[in-house]
Amino acid sequence: MSSELTCKELIDFLDDYVAGAQTAQARAAFEAHLSICPECVDYLAQYRAAPRLARAALDGGAHAAPEDLIQAILKTRR
Amino acid sequence: MSGVQDSAPTPMSDESNLVRALRARDPAETERFVRSQSPRALSLARRFLRNEEDAREVVQEAFLSFFRSLDEFRGQAALSTWLHRIVVNSALMRRRRASNRLERQIDDLLPKFDETGHRLSVGPAWAISADEQLATQELRDIVRRRIEELPESYRIVLILRDIEQLDSEVVAEMLETTPNALKTRLHRARQALRTLLEEEPSICPRN
Ligand SMILES: [Zn+2]
Repeated sequence: MSSELTCKELIDFLDDYVAGAQTAQARAAFEAHLSICPECVDYLAQYRAAPRLARAALDGGAHAAPEDLIQAILKTRR
Repeated sequence: MSGVQDSAPTPMSDESNLVRALRARDPAETERFVRSQSPRALSLARRFLRNEEDAREVVQEAFLSFFRSLDEFRGQAALSTWLHRIVVNSALMRRRRASNRLERQIDDLLPKFDETGHRLSVGPAWAISADEQLATQELRDIVRRRIEELPESYRIVLILRDIEQLDSEVVAEMLETTPNALKTRLHRARQALRTLLEEEPSICPRN
């Protein structure tokens, strides 16, 4: 019985790895694979980068809503 | 500060008191609620609608139907979650009217493996790092356009979880799905976006 992961097995559970939601054994197996597989190291970096780039591209979070919008909403409740 | 008598009504931390006040159209509580909730509601609507006018209309509609449905509210979710859900649904409904021809098939965007579990068609490392500031407007536009190519159900999850950074229980509730299904969907959405970004020469060279 081999405890070695394939690339597919690693990628299938990459969300758990990134979230730190793994057992110590699973994490060790992931790190063992990453130490010998530059392709998965790249994939991991890109998997992490994608949502961050999305966040950077869509920045500008919650600013104050325009006063006329607030007043229009309030008007319906008076 | 604390201990000082204030002539203004005290904020109602208890949600059932707030529901009662909103149902009774208490002006101060209603205004407090609208002011505190509208920025997030508007930013959510803007995530799904590019047109500012559309986003504002959707927020206004959403508050309207939120207030109208208050009588049915049984505390099954936080009030804000419930409002967010209405905002997201209204935004998506409006969006569907203008169909999105950019969307790709999810299966085409997920990694492929050979029988030994090796990834096929492995590209080079990216020319851009995870903490890149996306200095140019051009690059921001590229990434935005690629996000538009995600199939809708995946794009929604990516936006709510990774961009709005809402809790998974909240999003699962909002989309009426299970946390497990949501987890799978988010994982696929990130992988699909990775594939889409890899098609960009400015992000991944040798294309
Ligand atoms: Zn590998």
